[in-house]
Amino acid sequence: MTMESNNRMIDVRDVHFAYPHNNENESVVALDGVSLHIKKGEFVGIIGHNGSGKSTLSKLLNAIIFPTQGDVIVSGLNTKNHENLWTIRQTAGMVFQNPDNQLVATIVEEDVAFGPENLGVPPQEIRERVDRALAVVEMQAYAHQKPHQLSGGQKQRIAIAGILAMEPECIIFDEPTAMLDPSGRREVMETIKRLNRDKDMTVIHITHFMEEIIAADRIIVLDKGKVVMEGEPRTIFRQVKRLKEIGLDVPQMTELAYELRSEGLKIADDVLSIEEMVDALCQ
Amino acid sequence: MLKDVTIGQYYPTGSVIHKLDPRTKILFTTAFVVMLFFLNNLWGYLATFVILATITLLSKIPVGYIIRGIKGLVLIIMLTVVLNLFMTPGTVVATLGPLTVTLEGLKVATYMALRLIFLVVGTSIMTLTTSPIDLTDGMEWCMRFIPFVRRYAHELAMMMSIALRFIPTLMEETERIMKAQKARGANFETGNIISRAKNLIPILIPLFISAFRRADELATAMEARCYRGGENRTRMKQLAFEFRDGTSLVLMVVMIVGLYLTTMIQIPLLFPV
Ligand SMILES: Nc1ncnc2c1ncn2[C@@H]1O[C@H](COP(=O)(O)OP(=O)(O)OP(=O)(O)O)[C@@H](O)[C@H]1O
Ligand SMILES: [Mg+2]
Repeated sequence: MTMESNNRMIDVRDVHFAYPHNNENESVVALDGVSLHIKKGEFVGIIGHNGSGKSTLSKLLNAIIFPTQGDVIVSGLNTKNHENLWTIRQTAGMVFQNPDNQLVATIVEEDVAFGPENLGVPPQEIRERVDRALAVVEMQAYAHQKPHQLSGGQKQRIAIAGILAMEPECIIFDEPTAMLDPSGRREVMETIKRLNRDKDMTVIHITHFMEEIIAADRIIVLDKGKVVMEGEPRTIFRQVKRLKEIGLDVPQMTELAYELRSEGLKIADDVLSIEEMVDALCQ
Repeated sequence: MLKDVTIGQYYPTGSVIHKLDPRTKILFTTAFVVMLFFLNNLWGYLATFVILATITLLSKIPVGYIIRGIKGLVLIIMLTVVLNLFMTPGTVVATLGPLTVTLEGLKVATYMALRLIFLVVGTSIMTLTTSPIDLTDGMEWCMRFIPFVRRYAHELAMMMSIALRFIPTLMEETERIMKAQKARGANFETGNIISRAKNLIPILIPLFISAFRRADELATAMEARCYRGGENRTRMKQLAFEFRDGTSLVLMVVMIVGLYLTTMIQIPLLFPV
C-alpha cells in the first residue's frame, strides 16, 4: 500500500447506479459515472438539487446498495465483496433525515446499544460504549427517557450516539437537519462539527442548507447523477450563477455580496459569513 | 381519546415485584392463569383473591389503577354472566318471564366472572410491574422453550419491541391527521356507525401510507446499523435471576399445590359441591 491509499477513507471509482423500476416501471439512472475520494478526517459537504443522487450515493458508501458499475472502496474494502459488508457498515456509519424512523428501541440507552449489540460486542463493553457515546452528544441525562418524548434535535443526537457506539471511522449524514427547527438544527450541527474537530471523525454531510457547510474542507456538487463541481467552499460558492443554474442556493451573505456586486458595489465575491461581510463592507 | 389505550402500560414504583426478573413474573403469571381453570369451588377463588391481594399490596400499585383495567372488560364479563346464567340447564331457582335461572347457571356464571376478573387483574399486574423492554426480553427467553416458536423467538421479540416503540409515534400521527381532516370539515363524532366508519377512511389511508414509509426507512436504518437477526447478537442488559426470584419460584410451587388442594375440599361454600 502506498502512503496515498493509507489516508483514503473512501474511494468511489466511476460508479453508475440505476434503480430497476420507479412508479411508471422504467429504470431510473440515479448516478452516472461518479468518481470521488474522501480523505481520513475530512469534512466534506455534498449538495445537489432534489433527485440529483445524493441519497443514492450515501447508501452506496454504506453498502446498503451496490453499484451497477464501478467500485466503492471504504477504508480499503470493496463493497462488492460480500464478506466485507458488516465491516463496511460498521466503519461508515449513517444518520438519516427522519429522526423518528431510525430509532429502534423504547428507551434511549437501549437504542444506542442496538448497533454494538448487532456487532456482538460483550455486554460490559457495550455499557461503556453507550455511556461514552451519550457523553459525546451530551445526552447522558436522557439515557432512561423514551425517544418519542425528546425534541427533534435531541432524537437526532441520539441517532448520532447510536452510530458512535459502533465506533466508526466515518459518518455519513443524509440531510440530518432537514426536519428540524432552527434550534434543533444548531444543536445537531454543533455536534457534527465537534465530532470532526475533536474526535477526528471523517464527516460526509449532505444538506440543503448552505450555511452548514461554509466551514467544510471541501464541497462536492452533484447534478443529474454526476459530480459537476468540487472544491473549497469559497471556490464553489463564488460561482453563484452556475449554482443557480442547477437549482442551488448559496449562503445568504454570498448572495448579498453577489447582489451588491451586480449593483456596481466593489466587494469580494467570496464572502461566506456575516463576519466576513462586515469586514468586506468596512474596508 | 387515543391516550386511554392501556396496552403494555407500565407503572413503576420500585417495589419488590417490580424488581423481580421478568422471566419469574412470566412463569408465575402463566402458572396462575392455568390454575384458574382448574378451580371448581369458591374456596379456590377465595385463595386466589388472597394471593392477588397480597401481590397487589407488595407491588404498591394503587388498587384503583388496577380496577380501571377491569372497566374496559365490563361488557364482556356481563355478557358471559348473562349467557351462563340463563342458558345452563339444571335445578330451576327463579323464573323471569320466558327466562329461567338455575342453580347450576348461578354457579357457572359466578365462576366465569371471577375467573375473567382474576385473569385480567393477574396479567395486568405483570404488565404494570414490568417495563416493556424487560417483558419482551423475558418473553424471548421463555419462547426458546416452546417447540416451533423457538426458531422465531428473536424475530417475535424484535417485532414486539418495535411495535411498542412505534405505538406512540403512530398515535401522535393519527391525532395530527384527524385534526387536519377536521379542519377540512370531516366529522368523526356524529352519525351512525356506518357513516362514522366511512369517515375513518381518510384517516386510515394516510396513516397506512406513512406507516409503510416508516417501516421501509426503519429497515434501512437497522441494516445500516449492522442488524442481521438474532445470530451472534449480544445484549447490553443481561437477565439475571436473583435470590428473590428463587423465593418467588418456591412460592409459585406452593401456590400451585395449594390451589390444587382447594379443588379437593368437600365442604360447600355458597354452592353445593
Ligand atoms: N427506491 C427508488 N426507486 C426508484 N427510483 C428511485 C428510488 N430512490 C430514488 N430514486 C430516484 O433516483 C434519483 C436520485 O434519487 P436520490 O434519492 O438519490 O436523490 P437526492 O439527491 O437524495 O434527492 P433529495 O434531495 O430529494 O433527497 C431520483 O430521480 C429518484 O426519483
Ligand atoms: Mg435524499
